[in-house]
Amino acid sequence: MSLQPIQDPGLPTHVHRKADTDPKAAKRAEQQVALLFLTSALGTILFIFSYVGIPQDQLIFLPILGTTNSHQLFLGLGLAISLFFIGMGAVHWAKTLMPDHEVVDVRREQRSKDEDRAAFVATIKEQGATAGLGRRTLIKRTLGLSLGLAGLSPLLLLRDCSAELPGDELGQTNWRAGTRLLTDPGDRPIKPGDLEVGAVAQVLPLLPAGRKRTLNDIAKDALLLIRIRPEEFNLDAERLSWTYQGIIAFSKICSHMGCAVALYEQSTKHLLCPCHQSTFDVTRAAKVIFGPAARSLPQLPISVDSEGYLVASAPFNEAVGPSYWERDSE
Amino acid sequence: MKARERAAGAVANYLDERTGAAKWMKKTLTKVFPDHWSFMLGEIVLYSFIILLLSGTFLTFWFDPSMREVEYEGSYEPLEGVHMSAAYASTLHISFDVRGGLLMRQIHHWAALIFLAAMVAHLLRVFFTGAFRKPREMNWIIGVGLLTLGIVEGFLGYSLPDDLLSGTGIRIAEAIMQAIPVVGSYLSYFVFGGAFPGELFIPRIYTAHVLLIPGIFLALITAHLMLVWYQKHTQYPGPGRTEKNVVGYPLLPVYMAKAGGFFFIVFGFTAFLGAVAQINPIWVYGPYTPAQIGAGSQPDWYMGWLDGLVRMSPPIETHALGYTISWNILIPGLIIPGILFTLMALYPFIESWMTGDKREHHLLDRPRNNPNRTAIGAMALTFVLVTLINGGNDLLAVHFDLSINQIMWFSRIGVFVLPPIAFVVTKRICLALQRADREMVLHGKEMGRLVMLPHGEFIEVHEPLSPQKAYQLTSHEQLPALSAPETDERGVALPKGIRQRMRARWSRAASEHVAKPTVEELKEIEHH
Repeated sequence: MSLQPIQDPGLPTHVHRKADTDPKAAKRAEQQVALLFLTSALGTILFIFSYVGIPQDQLIFLPILGTTNSHQLFLGLGLAISLFFIGMGAVHWAKTLMPDHEVVDVRREQRSKDEDRAAFVATIKEQGATAGLGRRTLIKRTLGLSLGLAGLSPLLLLRDCSAELPGDELGQTNWRAGTRLLTDPGDRPIKPGDLEVGAVAQVLPLLPAGRKRTLNDIAKDALLLIRIRPEEFNLDAERLSWTYQGIIAFSKICSHMGCAVALYEQSTKHLLCPCHQSTFDVTRAAKVIFGPAARSLPQLPISVDSEGYLVASAPFNEAVGPSYWERDSE
Repeated sequence: MKARERAAGAVANYLDERTGAAKWMKKTLTKVFPDHWSFMLGEIVLYSFIILLLSGTFLTFWFDPSMREVEYEGSYEPLEGVHMSAAYASTLHISFDVRGGLLMRQIHHWAALIFLAAMVAHLLRVFFTGAFRKPREMNWIIGVGLLTLGIVEGFLGYSLPDDLLSGTGIRIAEAIMQAIPVVGSYLSYFVFGGAFPGELFIPRIYTAHVLLIPGIFLALITAHLMLVWYQKHTQYPGPGRTEKNVVGYPLLPVYMAKAGGFFFIVFGFTAFLGAVAQINPIWVYGPYTPAQIGAGSQPDWYMGWLDGLVRMSPPIETHALGYTISWNILIPGLIIPGILFTLMALYPFIESWMTGDKREHHLLDRPRNNPNRTAIGAMALTFVLVTLINGGNDLLAVHFDLSINQIMWFSRIGVFVLPPIAFVVTKRICLALQRADREMVLHGKEMGRLVMLPHGEFIEVHEPLSPQKAYQLTSHEQLPALSAPETDERGVALPKGIRQRMRARWSRAASEHVAKPTVEELKEIEHH
């Protein structure tokens, strides 16, 4: 410890509170505490009244809060008052009437005395020696082996957390060549004429008869259908052939982290993912022009069937959704 | 003896004859706790935890943690007949058909936000005052563990209602799992019981949320508090306070009343928020479906910085030999948070290595008196703040009419540039404050009172400090920097030379200070 320029003057002298010396002030403080506790009791009464007396669907208009459910509001206010003022009463009591003398306690170093430490080490050594831990290496090693192996069994038990393994399922969707595009919601097949230039629609594939659509299907199949003027496309010949009369189809599941790419700006023809703001250019096959996504949205080749309804002309040629280790992105 | 006293005596006797606890109780009930407003932050964490247990238990009575598809037929008309999971339907039931259910849901959610906010505030208090130093490093590590668990617990909690917003969060968590090299897709399949979303994750995270994590919480909080109890609380420096004592109020009655009262105050405040401030109105979002999303999707605030990191990541992905590594997810989602939390957990050891200080400390530092640590804290805080701002970039863009791309670029550059600036600025401010303290001790407090002397000169009257105040401003230690001997006494280069030199450099930075007044300087002033 360096020498202190100013010596420790010690604890400041105790200053009495008004209530310590003046019985009138003490009485006043007592009444204040009682008043706080009484306020709490009133809060509970408000709570009970709200529970019993205010119908559950009654609404009330209040400035700032707007229209709120008055049952929940007054129930909450009653509870808040009843709890808050118990606390205020207790703290006020402690601050005005309970002893406020600061107490000094000694603090010892955490470290034990040297002889205790020595005795501790000696005990460990001695007991270790009687158990023969140092000598019986065979026991030590086999114990280590069995403990390690026993630790494996819970891991093995967790295997059935998933009945199936990924396999190539992550790369599959329900889109096949000839699968019809259905509106979502509505499940109606779509003709090119249903979609005006500038329009955007969410579609799902027509599933084989009898197959119920699950969220797992939607998580991979969701498709965005966008129609622009064909001359606005800036695509190579192959990708252009995947469009139909200005209608282009992309997976709606973001190639970054799988959110629904739901925001379409008609004037710029940009698609924006609301989760992390990856921005895709529709005219250039949903190329990433901003944000963290590293890949374009997969494009689904579309055409029309003999009845004139929009269908997929081939499955996706890559996995939809976020990347994963086994994904072949070449 | 009054009847009441006799009864109390009988109870004490009964207990002591069976447990022999009288001696321990006597010591315990008069245990001394130092008093300071900043010591309440940890209390708020504990109390919100209790509120969370109470309100959470209430919610479990009606919540149905199942993804079974049901058709909604409750009293919220806009969703009448809509197909949804039982989890979502039961959350609607709690919100609209259980009396006080919405209130309890809102109290639970507010308490969770307060729980984490108070945890962060408590952590900052402990960091900036150096309360983590020996012998409290273990408790610091437990604290970092609690914070990590708290973030996970909060995320799982708001995912349970299975609404559109929370489902989107789960989808993102799944993408992070999936991005882990080699095992990612397997991990995700094991967690979700197959492909996303499956029908298992709600019951699984429910068990984690209501049993597993709260259980670990209880154990860690108990250990945390036992250590505080056993090692005795730290105290701020001041007259009469030393490394060898603890000055404060006894547990009984003052602390009991104050702490107990404070629990009710925190609970009352949370109930007030639950009553008047709507939070997480899941009925507005609708049930989860992977093909939809709400604009302006935002996680809760303690996840916001992670989301901001992910948002600002550049679009880098490696494709080689038919395999993919998503750096754009791994770096912001796992690697940077991993490094940050590891550094945070190890900070007590890093600091003690930098300064060579291996002694016990029970007196807290004023942040200004340890400029290097305060600057490191400010640097870390700035980093998190920039990422948090970026996590709300869409909302900022809408509300302040800014371009989202500009905010993104501001954060991408700012996250590298601003933290070092914060370090330098904070360090200078701390040193300036030390200089101001020194001036004050030497020349007294400025009174703002000007006096004209007979010969026309104006002087400002300074009032000398009280001995208590002067002691408080000068009692801190100023450690000299470690020197790094590059060679031993015979001129042979020492091994680990680079490490020693680096340590000496850090130690120099850590010991930078404005010298406090010396005894001689004070004497000299007195003579004037």
